Order: sequence, then structure tokens, then C-alpha cells
Amino acid sequence: MEKRVTFSRWTVGILFAVPQMLLIFTFFYWPAGQAVYWSLTLQQPWGGGNIWVGLDNFRSILASADYWNSITASLAFAAISTGLAMVIALVLAALTDRQLAGSRFYRVVLIWPYGIAAPALALAFRFILAPEAGFMAVVNRAWPGFWDPGLDGADAMASIIAAFSWKYVGYNFIFFLAAFQAIPRSLIEASAMDGAGVVRRFRDIQFPLITPTIFFLLVINITESFQDSFGIVDIMTSGGPANATNLMVYKIYSDGFKGLDYSGAAAQSIILMMLIVVLTIFQFRFIERRVHYR
Amino acid sequence: MVERTPILNFVTHLVLFIGFMLAVAPFVIVAIAASHNLKEVNDVPMPLLPGGDFWANIKTAWITAGLGPKLLNSFIFAAGVAAGKVIISALTAFSIVYFRYPGRTLIFWLIFITLMLPLEVRIVPTYAVAANVLSPYQAILDVTGLSWLIEKISGVQVSLSLGLLNSYTGLILPLIATATGTFLYRQFFLTVPDELTEAARMDGAGALRFFIDILLPLSRTNMAALGTIMFLWAWNQYLWPLLVTTDPAHATAVTELKQLIPNVGGIPEWNIAMAGTLIVMLPPLVVVVAMQRWFVRGLIATEK
Repeated sequence: MEKRVTFSRWTVGILFAVPQMLLIFTFFYWPAGQAVYWSLTLQQPWGGGNIWVGLDNFRSILASADYWNSITASLAFAAISTGLAMVIALVLAALTDRQLAGSRFYRVVLIWPYGIAAPALALAFRFILAPEAGFMAVVNRAWPGFWDPGLDGADAMASIIAAFSWKYVGYNFIFFLAAFQAIPRSLIEASAMDGAGVVRRFRDIQFPLITPTIFFLLVINITESFQDSFGIVDIMTSGGPANATNLMVYKIYSDGFKGLDYSGAAAQSIILMMLIVVLTIFQFRFIERRVHYR
Repeated sequence: MVERTPILNFVTHLVLFIGFMLAVAPFVIVAIAASHNLKEVNDVPMPLLPGGDFWANIKTAWITAGLGPKLLNSFIFAAGVAAGKVIISALTAFSIVYFRYPGRTLIFWLIFITLMLPLEVRIVPTYAVAANVLSPYQAILDVTGLSWLIEKISGVQVSLSLGLLNSYTGLILPLIATATGTFLYRQFFLTVPDELTEAARMDGAGALRFFIDILLPLSRTNMAALGTIMFLWAWNQYLWPLLVTTDPAHATAVTELKQLIPNVGGIPEWNIAMAGTLIVMLPPLVVVVAMQRWFVRGLIATEK
């Protein structure tokens, strides 16, 4: 899409773009380039600049069991929390869209969780799921040792998944509901007249029509699970116990700022960047093209 | 719809009610836990009715984490990001849509790519830039030999240095350097009728005049939506403020939550921690409730 009528003084036009270009050069492209440079060099321990090491940083990272553990944990976290948050939100949005009494109320309340900062909700969930107080303590009293996120990796993973999913149900709900409401009412009415029941209408009309939204949310949820999980992990588990919840962004942070291993952290950043870029390109190139019913 | 589906309606109400309970339960539990003393909050099972120590706990949390100034910091930070985004995105979108100049497509793609890589994944080098924001320019001068030239001519050694750590500028600027808002404006500007531009030009308005007197007033709804989203997004940022504000005086409310939990292994004083959580949760929740319409609209428009 292009404008037919434009302004002729294009030097003025460029001036309008200058502030943003300066910002993204300084805080986006330069750091991204820096990450590439660091990932290919090794900083000398006593200063004196970086020496070129080629792909050695990547080799040593890919040979480290800790890093593979971090990738597996991130992927498990992404898969389970995305699945939970999307299925629950889809069901709630579909039911809210039936517009029975009270649906306006649910439309308002069900999006609240998305407004909350990840660390704040993480602290809330840390209390709710604490083994010694709150709610899981009751379960622990009945079956001693049943639940302890501080010692059991699976319990810790379940805790951060619960906190993250809770927030993103609210997010997905907003998009699903908007998608349902964008379906023309006449379509639903026509199929109702043809004798299709509520479930049939959902399966054969509404669900196929919202598939673009489903794929869009799938990609967003996965990429958000890589980044927005940092606050949750930092407050709830600090990557523990025994690295069970040491997700990729958290590992970049702890290697880079606590371990001061800039080269290793940069190499990890590059791998994560490539993962996210591939996901995004995948979304734009393939999914958007193949799934289009409108 | 027309048909009678009593069983399905019952199930619908039931499921939505359960969803509602799950959505508000954490808020309620946090509020109840914040109203008990230390002994009661650690009771098993936890008391389900509010206790009498609510204000005492709020006060303790407020003082322990120094939340007064931190909330102010958060507010300045979030408002700064929102305002910066609203203004800078509008300028850029205007440039991309209303002008034809060489390299326009390049600029469009350079901005578009920033959508792909969130701050979190390039956090280490971005931190290095914030520590000396002029380092990119110094490096350019060094590599191109310009700094050598300047030193030869004027005898002054060029060493540019401007640290942004522990400053509002350092908190705000890197978060503005993404494309989110630019595309929202672009989509909107493309729907503004050409006749309006023609009429304005015929009346003698230049680009700047048209932008300020016609385009911006028309974009008010977009500005409200974008501002709301960006305010919430910035308020809820955690990793970047944690790194940039090493001095507690500049910390934001969200990062200061960490003050309420002891280091690895310890058990927090839950009643105080929950009181603090409640205080930090409240401002964004108020914004979501009060600005619901803009919030939903902005979210859907910026992401798609």
C-alpha cells in the first residue's frame, strides 16, 4: 500500500525518521553486532582486547551438558505452558462468545492476569505453592514430602509453568475473543438455521475461522515463554534446584553477569536469536500463507 | 442464539465461573495473606478470612522495600517509555508513509527487523552500550581513522564517554528502540484519505503543519491505545531495570520486590512479602481496569 499524495521536500521526511534510526542503531543494531563479535572472540583475562577464536565459543557451549539441559528445560517449559495457556483461553473465549448472561462481566475480569508484572505474580505463586505455608502445605501434611519445589526439579518446573500460564491465559483470551467476535454473525445464524448445534458450529465454522489467530498466538506464546519467563524464574526458583529451571534467558543472564563470561553468553544469545528469528520467519512465510480462510 | 440448550448453558456457566475463580484467586489469596500476622499466615491450612494486620503489614512492606520513591521511579520510567514511544513512532511512521526518498524501503525493513529480537536476548551487549552510550560512535571513529585524523589536526585525543547506568535516560531509551508503535501508526496513516492531504496542501500547509494540525489530532485514539500498552509494558519490565539500576535510589518498584525475600534457601515473612506484592500489583491493575477499552484495542493493534 502506498500513498498517492506525498510531500515533496524529502529531506524534511528523512529528518522525521532520524530519532528512531539513531535509537535503533545505538540500542539494537550495535548491540546485536557486538553479540556476534563477542561470540566469535574471547576476551583476554587481563585486558588487552579480544582474540579471534572463530566458532570455538559455540563448540564449547554445544558440548556442555548444562547448556543442553537449559535448552531441554526451555523447550519443555515453552511447550507445556503454551499448550495450557492456549487451550484454557480458547475454551473460556469460546464460551464467553456464546454471550449468555454475565459474559460481559467475564470479558472484563478474565484479562486482569495479563496486567500483572511477572515478578509480582511469581512472588504470589511462590507463596501459594510454598511447601511450608499457603495451600500445598495442606497436601504435604497428608502426604509428607509430596511437594517441594525447593528440592524437586519437576515440582519447581510445575510452579513456574503454573505462574506463566496463569498470566498468558489472560493474554490469549483477549485475542481469541476478538477473533471470535470478528466472525460474521450471519454465518453462525445461517448454520444454526441449517440445524447445526453449538458444538457442531464451533467445530466446523468458528474453529477453522480462527486458525490464523491460533498460529499467531502459538508463535507469540513460545517467544514470550523465552523472555517473559525471566522474572518468574528469578523470583521463584533462581534456576534451581540443580539447574532444573535454568531456562535459556536466565542462563544468559547468570553466565554473562554473574560468571562474567561475555563470550559464552554472547554465543548463547546468538543461538537464541536465531531460534526466535526462525520461528518468526516460519510464522510469516508459511503459516500465514497456508492458513487463510478469509 | 435461538435454540434451547439447558445442559450446555449450565456447563458454560460452570466453566466460566471456574475460570473466573482461577483468575481472581491469586489476588484474593495475596490480599488475605497480607492481612495476617506472621504466625497466622504460616498456619496450615492458611486462614481463609482476612485478619486484622493489613495496614500494619502494608506499612512494614512500604518501609522495608522503600516503596514510596520506587513507585515514583516506576511511574516516571513507565510514563517516559510511553511518551517516548508515542512521539517517536509517530514521527517515523509519518516519514515512512508521507515521503518518497531514496532508502525509504531500507529504513522500513531496518525498523521492521527490530520487532523480532526482544531486549532480553541481546541483554549483555545492550548493557555494555548503556554503560557508555557513545562507545558505538567512538568505535566508528577509531575504525574509520577519523579519531587519528582529529588527533593529528587538533592534538585532542578523542574519547567519547557518556554512561547511562543509574539514570532515567538509561532505563527508558533502550526500551523505546523497537518498532512496536511505528506499525500501528503506519496502518492508521494509510487509512487517512488522500483528499485530506490534498486539501491541506491546497490551503498552503507544509509537511510539518499537516502533521501537527491534522494527522496528530486524528490519531488520538491510537495514541491512547499505544500509550496504555507501553505504560503497562514498561511498568512490568524486570530484567533491564535490574541491570541498569545498581544504585537502589534508581530502582523500580518491580525490581525492589526482591528486597522482600531473603537470599537462596530462606523463607520470606510471607505476610510482608504479600503486602508488598499487592502494592506492586495494584497500579497496573488499576490501569487495566480504567483503560480496558484502550488496553484491548492497543494490544490487538500493536501485535497484529
